[in-house]
Amino acid sequence: MHQSAENETCAPAKSYPRKVVFSICAHIQQREMSPPEPVFVTPAGGGSEQSWMAGLLEHPGYDEERLRRVSEQLSCREVQAGLLLSLMGQPQQYCYPSLFIYGHRASGKSHVVNVFMKDLELPHVTVSCVECVSVALLFEKVLRSFFGCDAASLLPRSPSLSDFVRIYRQQSSQSPAKQTRYIVMEKAELLRDADVNLLPALLRLQELVKDNVSVILLSEIVWDKFRPNTGCFEPLLLHFPDYSKGELQQILSTDRHPSYSAEFYSSYINILLGVFYPVCRDLRELRHLAALNFSKFCEPVAAGKVKEMDTHKLWKNIEPHLKKAMQTVYLREVSSLQWEQMEEHESGALRGLSAHTHVELPYYSKFLLIAAYLASYNPARTDKRFFLKHHGKIRKTNFLKKNEKTSNHLLGPKPFPLDRLLAVFYSVVDSRVAPTASIFSQISSLVTLQLLTLVSHDDQLDTPKYKCAVSLDFISAISRTVNFDIVKYLYDFL
Amino acid sequence: MGVLTCAAAITYKPLQRVFFRQPIRGDLQSKAEVVISDSAELPRKSRHFHHNTFRFFHTIMSKRKAKDAHLPIGECINQVHQILRKRFCHQQLPDKPEGLEAQHKHLVELLKRTAVHGESNSVLIVGPRGAGKTMLLRSVLRDLSEETEVQKNLLQVHLNGLLQTDDRIALKEITRQLHLENVVGDRVFGSFAENLGFLLDALKKGDRSSSRPVLFVLDEFDLFAHHKNQTLLYNLFDVSQSAQAPLAVVGLTCRLDVLELLEKRVKSRFSHRQIHLLSTLTFSHYLDRVRAQLSLPDGFPDGKFVEEWNAAVTTLCEDKSVVEVLQRHYNSSKDFRSLHMLLMLCLSRVSVAKPAITPADLLDASRLCVADAKANMLHGLSILELCLIIAMKHLNDVYEGEPFNLQMVHNEFKKFLQRKSSSLYNFEQPVIMKAFEHLQQLELIRPADSSSAKTQREYQLMRLMLDHGQIMEALQKYPQCPTDIKQWAMSAFA
Repeated sequence: MHQSAENETCAPAKSYPRKVVFSICAHIQQREMSPPEPVFVTPAGGGSEQSWMAGLLEHPGYDEERLRRVSEQLSCREVQAGLLLSLMGQPQQYCYPSLFIYGHRASGKSHVVNVFMKDLELPHVTVSCVECVSVALLFEKVLRSFFGCDAASLLPRSPSLSDFVRIYRQQSSQSPAKQTRYIVMEKAELLRDADVNLLPALLRLQELVKDNVSVILLSEIVWDKFRPNTGCFEPLLLHFPDYSKGELQQILSTDRHPSYSAEFYSSYINILLGVFYPVCRDLRELRHLAALNFSKFCEPVAAGKVKEMDTHKLWKNIEPHLKKAMQTVYLREVSSLQWEQMEEHESGALRGLSAHTHVELPYYSKFLLIAAYLASYNPARTDKRFFLKHHGKIRKTNFLKKNEKTSNHLLGPKPFPLDRLLAVFYSVVDSRVAPTASIFSQISSLVTLQLLTLVSHDDQLDTPKYKCAVSLDFISAISRTVNFDIVKYLYDFL
Repeated sequence: MGVLTCAAAITYKPLQRVFFRQPIRGDLQSKAEVVISDSAELPRKSRHFHHNTFRFFHTIMSKRKAKDAHLPIGECINQVHQILRKRFCHQQLPDKPEGLEAQHKHLVELLKRTAVHGESNSVLIVGPRGAGKTMLLRSVLRDLSEETEVQKNLLQVHLNGLLQTDDRIALKEITRQLHLENVVGDRVFGSFAENLGFLLDALKKGDRSSSRPVLFVLDEFDLFAHHKNQTLLYNLFDVSQSAQAPLAVVGLTCRLDVLELLEKRVKSRFSHRQIHLLSTLTFSHYLDRVRAQLSLPDGFPDGKFVEEWNAAVTTLCEDKSVVEVLQRHYNSSKDFRSLHMLLMLCLSRVSVAKPAITPADLLDASRLCVADAKANMLHGLSILELCLIIAMKHLNDVYEGEPFNLQMVHNEFKKFLQRKSSSLYNFEQPVIMKAFEHLQQLELIRPADSSSAKTQREYQLMRLMLDHGQIMEALQKYPQCPTDIKQWAMSAFA
């Protein structure tokens, strides 16, 4: 349920359709349980879900049995579904020319619309704007699903909106709409990047093609950001609010594996939400995390150490684990597969996962990077104080009072010339190094690795300027490997 | 002519049926059936036919004083939806353009001169979106088409700036709409003017002295001004000025400065005739319009229901709270479209169980219409994201709207956490970064400059796209918002 085709473009570890989540659950559990039981996928609307079905949808003009089936699938979205249905009206009546549905990711926008379209068998076409790299694909898809392949083949190569509307009108005069036709556009924010006329034309498509057609746009960005300069036909705005914590709990609890009791699973969901809810309200992400970590939660029960009802002990067991998950799998620093493997080996070496320790640099490159970091984050006038043995009579207190309020670690790295980098480099590196070609080539390889960025233009050969592009954590890790205490040399931390 | 006979056939059909059934006088139910069976067919026919059908019903019903005809309530509601949805969603033409009589008369005369006397003309209809430009033109054309001489003579070409995005496409469309594809064949033309001249020549009658008048309607006229060299406009205006062929050019636009867009040579050929639709509607007229839009026509099959409905609408428009809401809408916009949107939301709540529009419906609809979309989106943010927004708000206050980066926001957030000395919201930098990126994805914050590819993400300068009021409003509505965060939002030092 509730997964819409909104998110496929993101990291691989993100969205799993329901069945996949189930099979992950099942897969994890099968390893622990002996003998393996057959996996049951409970159909939506079965069992406990009935109890929280608030109101059934009612509308004349639709089959009651179908409406009942639809409303079973739309848990926690009854109000929105009811409003949408009443706006759509009876199938043969006119709907508003364009509807704009907005709401956060995974708030059931696509789900509600798609369930309506499919289960009520309305003439519709669902188009994801991610897929439609060119408008030709969009036109073809619309024509094909409304009028069949023959109509779509009438489109010329690289069709214009004019061609589309002409063919649509021609076809719809032959087979006029008996029921409102719907064009559902998912991820509609991408329409803004398409041809400037496409969005205004879609919004008033009903008027242009003179057919009973309605365009439903789905997006997670508010309508204000869509409006073109000279305005356009305003769509009817509908907001899908986020799920409340209780609703999330309800929906997540339906993914329960049949071999565990409902209370056990919902206590697990409760703990999961306790950790992740302040950070993330994306149902899809939470569902994925729930599926990934459930095996760990079950471990003490399976081993017989803890009873199912002993929530406190279970919490103690799982909580650090979930926190660890927040720092790794939630941030996509490790993939879901790696995460599962880590669970098996119980290595616990999580620190080693982030990019910091993966980078292996030559000895002088490390010092060059340190020098670059110091040059980026320290003001040039303080170099004297840090790197000269006899730096005159600069008193520390006076020195510190200047410019105290803005720290360079807030503003970001400043560009510095090559000369300064080398000067700092010779002061920090402990042995004497000649300024050979090898040093310079190491600088340019640091640029290639994107640890340094070249700020000035390429044509400035004699005094190129650089900026350091690594974080404090990273540089601390690097300087630890060469026994250099970088914090002592940073002006911000004096 | 084929169209006309078809229309006649359809309008006569109900006549036959009604007369056929007339002998069975006492059988009310069967009479109702006649009406229903006919209205069920309505959406398949075009709006024009439907209009005629209703006029026709109107005459029959008023003749026979069919007050005794009773429909079941479900059917009545069905009809109400049918009629009003056509009005709100399909922009059905009213019987006469209210409030625009003078402009209507002007335009009719102008076009009649072209159609009857072969006089060339050009005119621009300028007015804000939803002011009724298209409605005016369509009603003028409808009235003109009732005169046989005009109908026989006048050819129409409808172009839309959204669809015909360049002159090549426009010329193809003109050829098609003039049914001259066969005449043109594979001929090759040297210039646009030659091509257009050929098309217009082809329309000349056998004696080659008098040519059929052509009406060019250019919707979204301002977009045609962006075509290369404004060739289409130049040629149309040139023909209309130099008496080559009788040609009327009507442009519709919402840009007041549209003449500034025209090149000098185009501008000098334009007649500079403009019809402005700047609404001078007073509030009492606005109320009348609301009432008229909601009222049912006399031709409605069930006389008693119409009386009740129209009386209910009248009382609704006198209700104090309703007047207040409408006043607010009137103050923000007085065009038809936004009114239709409001009334459509009201209409969607009318059902068999609640067969009238109540003041509460209107209030709810207005609340939906004016709801602030960004505040709605803020409601669904996680607590961490909300904290970041508050930190940004404080930064904006302190630095007077200067852009900020993630480090500054994080620093501000950390200051708050230190004061509270609670570890509840102590998240690592990457987790905060993810929340920050989510805000950027929702376009609640936006990069200050576009050329930021080289800077690190945490130092990229951003601007907050929300204002103080929206944030505070969202905080008030936020579910289970902790008090210390609310206090922090009030003052940066709480």
